[in-house]
Amino acid sequence: MALDPVARAAIVAALGPDDVVDDPVQTRAYECDGLTGYRVRPEIVLIPRDAEAVARAVKACHRNGVPFVARGAGTGLSGGALPVADGVVISLARLKRVLEVDPVNRRAVVEPGVTNLEITAAAAAHGLYYAPDPSSQQVCTIGGNVAENSGGAHCLKYGFTTNHVLAMEVVLPDGELVTLGGDSAEQLGPDLRGVFLGSEGTLGITTKITVRLLRTPETVRTLLADFPSVAEAGEVVSDIVAAGIVPAAVEMMDTLAIEAAEEAVHAGYTVGVPAALVVELDGPIEQCDAEFAQVKEICDAHGCTRLHIAGSPEERAAIWRGRKAAFAAVGRISPDYFVQDGVVPRTRLAEVLGRIADMGDEAGLRVANVFHAGDGNLHPLVLYSAAAGETERAEELSGAIAELCVELGGSLSGEHGIGTDKACSMPKMYGEEDLAVMKRVRDAFDPEGLCNPGKVLPTPRLCGERPGKYRPHPLEESGVIERL
Amino acid sequence: MTTPAGSADTNLPQTGPSAFDEHHPPSRELLDDCVHCGFCLPTCPTYQLWGEEMDSPRGRIYLMDLAEKGEIGLEGPLRQHIDACLGCMACVTACPSGVQYDKLLESVRPQLERNVPRTPADRMFREAIFALFPYKRRLRAAALPGALYQKLAAVPAVRRLAAKLPGRLAALESLLPPVTVREAFATLPVHTSAVGERRGRVALLSGCVQDVFFHRVNEATVRVLAAEGLDVLVPRDQQCCGALELHAGREDPALARAKRTIERFERLDVDHVVTNVAGCGSSMKDYAHLLADDPEWARRAKEFSARVRDVHEVLAELGPRAPRSPVPARVAYHDACHLGHAQGVRTQPREVLRSIPELEVLDIPEAALCCGSAGIYNMIMPEAADELGRRKADNVRSVEPAVVVTANPGCLLQIGKHLKDGTGADLPLLHPVQLLDASIRNVPVPRS
Repeated sequence: MALDPVARAAIVAALGPDDVVDDPVQTRAYECDGLTGYRVRPEIVLIPRDAEAVARAVKACHRNGVPFVARGAGTGLSGGALPVADGVVISLARLKRVLEVDPVNRRAVVEPGVTNLEITAAAAAHGLYYAPDPSSQQVCTIGGNVAENSGGAHCLKYGFTTNHVLAMEVVLPDGELVTLGGDSAEQLGPDLRGVFLGSEGTLGITTKITVRLLRTPETVRTLLADFPSVAEAGEVVSDIVAAGIVPAAVEMMDTLAIEAAEEAVHAGYTVGVPAALVVELDGPIEQCDAEFAQVKEICDAHGCTRLHIAGSPEERAAIWRGRKAAFAAVGRISPDYFVQDGVVPRTRLAEVLGRIADMGDEAGLRVANVFHAGDGNLHPLVLYSAAAGETERAEELSGAIAELCVELGGSLSGEHGIGTDKACSMPKMYGEEDLAVMKRVRDAFDPEGLCNPGKVLPTPRLCGERPGKYRPHPLEESGVIERL
Repeated sequence: MTTPAGSADTNLPQTGPSAFDEHHPPSRELLDDCVHCGFCLPTCPTYQLWGEEMDSPRGRIYLMDLAEKGEIGLEGPLRQHIDACLGCMACVTACPSGVQYDKLLESVRPQLERNVPRTPADRMFREAIFALFPYKRRLRAAALPGALYQKLAAVPAVRRLAAKLPGRLAALESLLPPVTVREAFATLPVHTSAVGERRGRVALLSGCVQDVFFHRVNEATVRVLAAEGLDVLVPRDQQCCGALELHAGREDPALARAKRTIERFERLDVDHVVTNVAGCGSSMKDYAHLLADDPEWARRAKEFSARVRDVHEVLAELGPRAPRSPVPARVAYHDACHLGHAQGVRTQPREVLRSIPELEVLDIPEAALCCGSAGIYNMIMPEAADELGRRKADNVRSVEPAVVVTANPGCLLQIGKHLKDGTGADLPLLHPVQLLDASIRNVPVPRS
């Protein structure tokens, strides 16, 4: 089924040739986002330059019944920006202006293609910053952060994107331009801003985002501590929280993740230790000092083998560079890998890690762990070699780990989203009624099902079939039904 | 977690014979290193300009990958987007997975030059560039006041070209400022003795563009190295190191120049071969890799490359010895891509500058972003280069420097052009060693 020529002409005309990519080779560069296991070539890529052009593009798609998928920097790890065959990708890469920084009201208004870190850069001169900090903050865009309700290392203390976005200008799936939320955090009526935030691009496309800015903390203290076991490190996390301390971040890396990160950025991690914790405290100097002393005591009490305290902003940056580069750095120690994302109750960290290690041994695959230990958000990285034919086994292991998280009372995804990757696991976490309600909300925004279809909610077509090996149904063989 | 309909395996299977020929195609291992994370996007100049995946490092690698798998040909989009790459290597710095985009580009560009014909106008223009730049004598003739355009226009092919590509020729002209006859024809002493106790012995590559248009930088370099205790040799019959050709994918002439350069310098009894040009340094350090599978040259190239140093590396390693007089000025340091990204030399130039009393070193916002010079790029892609040049000039102005320094003649010309187009007309633009030279000799900072 190819794209209808009339529809194609109308969609191309909505923007004009400079903002359209429809060469069959060039469009292949848009086949996948950060999750390369799923690839679909879009028919047309539109790269509008302003909100009105986004609205025109969506309207043209809507009028012609053509599915469309929004794309920011394409760094997502759940296939949320996977194109639809014969469909349109709307790239927000050219909507990248910081429209306003309002230091008095501590707000900034930005376009969706602005990167997370550029917001902080724009606000820094006023002693302000944008708090959510996903590990990909230097490249991921705020539009994608809104779609995924992204977190980051510091969401333990400061919350997720939803806690920092006041309002969004949005193009709805029929092309209408509306504003959800407002300048004040208190809005009357149903919280449509809240509904939209984290909807993974299924309810529309943001074109303008008003974010809250926070005052840069008076001081920040960061330490890197090595532990003889993952379990000991896990207990340190529980003890810190039990002591009434709310750290800005508590991150854990296991031995494989440390090895990869150290190889990539030489940040001063100890290669070979079973586990390392990064603990960061921020706030008023006196409070920070007092709590930092407590944290050090707790580390020592759990057999900490080395404690490195960042003595300068450069050293602190190096520690974070190591942590934040860890995902991508795993590419150095393995030809291929899956990044998993799940949540467990913090108290079950040691247990889940033990089970993951057992599952890895059973599958004969290595699993590296990098995670936001403070809130139990795990990122197991399943290492494999596609060339050695390990893909399927790795995929199964990765999926089983996510489902293990649900089994232990957690969640399928902490921050990477459901996207394409986990849509079929949704029934493990939600009952039929839950899913039906979600579907109704989605239908209210997008009755035609054109806006990022196939993501988040399981569909029979999505979850019933596996690609590659095509096995005809008996009814097909007998000529009763036809699948394609 | 199941894989939905319409998706493919993580690694697409080979669907046909590779579109690349058998001479140094991009290696499968290097292509597979890219995990498509996108960390390269913010530092890629062309992605910053156009916001298109195909003109980003991971997009270019994606297309190389498709060509290697035989799914697309070399002509068309692959050539278009590889041509558009500045080769600044900011992506190599940014990549957490250690993808060697430099090596990939180095193998793909010659493949395209060999296998995909260019339009006659494009070919002629490139021929003209490479018939001019690597040759000191021709450059000197071109550099005489007002002479360039007339000289070029006298060539019928160039005249025809001028009608077709007015933007490119104008760019070429505006980037070659006239120099005085005296400077253009001046030569460096073959041997300069160390001042005071000798700390070592080096040979200097005097460069082609550098020696004609920035002879004063070479003079300053010789003086500074000698003042810091080094004997300095400048072989008279040295030629172009091949950097421009190498970075443009013209492999055969580049390798011929590499061999000549190795031959010229390897017989000298020196500790290091020093260059004050970022582009030359990065190509000479790369000879070892380029000639690795040439049985006659592999060992010689390896030994030569191991001896190559940027002038700042040498100075920083020696540590300051000659007394410096204060230069109380705010100095913006621009990292040339082929020094910062390609050679990883970032701290040494700053260290050298900070050895000058009362001098304040300023970092420029978006420091990792290329100024648009990029070898021959600003001549063949003038619009994109102009946009990047304006952006760099704005960033330079934003830190309000009194002097701007950078260690590459291309960057000096490019930034100079765009500062002049704005409001920063009388900002002195220098190579860092010129400042150090002024400080050591206790003379006023030169204006250019």
